[in-house]
Amino acid sequence: MGLKVPYVTGYLTEHFADDAFGTLAGYERRGGYQAARKALREMTPEQVIELVKASGLQGRGGAGFPTGMKWSFMPKDTPKPKYLVCNADESEPGSFKDRILLERGPHQMLEGILIGAWATGASKTFVYVRGEYARPAAELQRAVDEATAKGYLGRNAMGSGFQHDVVVVLGAGAYICGEETGLLESLEGKKGQPRKKPPFPAEYGAFGMPTTVNNVETFSHVPHVVAKGADWFRSLGTEKSPGTTIFGVSGHVVRPGLYELPLGTRLDEIVFEHAGGVPDGRKIKGVIPGGMSMPILPAGQLDVPMANEFLRERKTMLGTGGVMVMDETTCMVRAGCVITWFFRDESCGQCTQCREGTGWLHKIMQRIERGAGSREDLDILLDVAGKMEGQTICAFADAAAWPVQGLLRHFREDFEAHVRERKCPFPSSFEL
Amino acid sequence: MVISGETRARIESEIAKYPQKRGALLAALHLAQRELGHISLETAREVAGLFDLQPVDVMEVVTFYNMFYDRPQGRHHVYVCTNLPCSLRGARSLLKQLEAHLGVEAGETTPDGRITLGHEECLGACAYAPMMRVDGVYHEDLDLAKAKQILDGLK
Repeated sequence: MGLKVPYVTGYLTEHFADDAFGTLAGYERRGGYQAARKALREMTPEQVIELVKASGLQGRGGAGFPTGMKWSFMPKDTPKPKYLVCNADESEPGSFKDRILLERGPHQMLEGILIGAWATGASKTFVYVRGEYARPAAELQRAVDEATAKGYLGRNAMGSGFQHDVVVVLGAGAYICGEETGLLESLEGKKGQPRKKPPFPAEYGAFGMPTTVNNVETFSHVPHVVAKGADWFRSLGTEKSPGTTIFGVSGHVVRPGLYELPLGTRLDEIVFEHAGGVPDGRKIKGVIPGGMSMPILPAGQLDVPMANEFLRERKTMLGTGGVMVMDETTCMVRAGCVITWFFRDESCGQCTQCREGTGWLHKIMQRIERGAGSREDLDILLDVAGKMEGQTICAFADAAAWPVQGLLRHFREDFEAHVRERKCPFPSSFEL
Repeated sequence: MVISGETRARIESEIAKYPQKRGALLAALHLAQRELGHISLETAREVAGLFDLQPVDVMEVVTFYNMFYDRPQGRHHVYVCTNLPCSLRGARSLLKQLEAHLGVEAGETTPDGRITLGHEECLGACAYAPMMRVDGVYHEDLDLAKAKQILDGLK
């Protein structure tokens, strides 16, 4: 089935309705690879890093780390080979933007990779694509072959004398491989269990070599930053969060889909104006703003600009921009059951707090949903979540704890009603 | 030997892409599974031989990842995404109805070996829910009639 293009486009997705944009010839007709040519032929690696720093581009994979700064961590004088890794293991529930960037704009991402490779001195990029994205991975491999045949990648990239190869790697179904060091382990042919940090990947990354990991969307922004400059990039979005991002809107809305909008666009504008609000005149109950790991916001708090500096004030974050809308029929305890089930299944099992904690959160959530919970269970949920957060090797345990804390912060009454009535008081909620 | 010469050759060409041999292990398992349907202990032993690993090193990888199977599967793989965005749009009801339609529970294979039905975590098709992945291909914006039609077309 064909992938739908975004309802609202910006510079990243402007040409996604054009089937030819995925081909090298079609991409070049739209000005593609001009930025890489400029970077590799006219700019030093330091100049590229300074430009990306000046643009304020932040990683779009969830953590929002400044990209230029990350690139600058790569050691300059090392005899070791250096690698880039493109994290295309998009698995955050509610996120589906990287899939379209791979399928409709593979050369845009490859151009960003090539510029990043030049800036960091990396000889090879591994693009780690989640196993379920076999079709996007095939599109990407086709694009890599085209760019290599044309001499844009390979021994003498763009005639600059710089060598860069791109290897497409297929994962095999594990959410934890989206965590950058879990990804590195998987890339090395192991279980995707995250590594202790330090050492950080810039020092000890893929196969023990200095490595920088960036997300698909992050790389896709880079050619635009190089072509149009830092001031242009900063003219979009907010002062602290420049540029656009691709919001994925799902759940109870009239027009679920992808929307490329400036960072700082208000959440209620995205949900009501762009996605058409909740169907059939029903009211909205809550919205998860940034993928399932991010705490939910209640209906009364949707007047928030979608950028971390504003979302943090409401104890949530932009994450991957996956906006999940829930209408008034939704039972938030059921939502909690689905969320905790996912994290229980996907915990890699390395750290006790996470392995045991995710199981307990799910068990208690189910008990409450069945009508067998007590008031004390609500406190146990928060106690367990609090003892997971910040206590483990990677951020997975935080990602499992935050949504539970968010549900209890804003929808405690839903939980208490289950305890009081000894059953789920939301008969028309989605089925479990 | 269970892995064919052709698959072995493809595994070798994958190995050449990585600075260390083991980097190609997931690719090798994908290739072996494509040929053999699942990764048996015997297959794991052979793969281990190609990578200078112990069979247990291979099996711990096989059992860590959802997409590798250590036992035989149906001829067709049908996975319904049941994560939150899909659940909000009726995916769990759909899965229950497909369970009834096929007479199996999620995780099981039909007695004739035709279909293995399962649930899957978010597949990145959240706006086009409910959806299912059939033999690697996405089917989106489903309702029960459409989903049944797709299942009934699988031989």
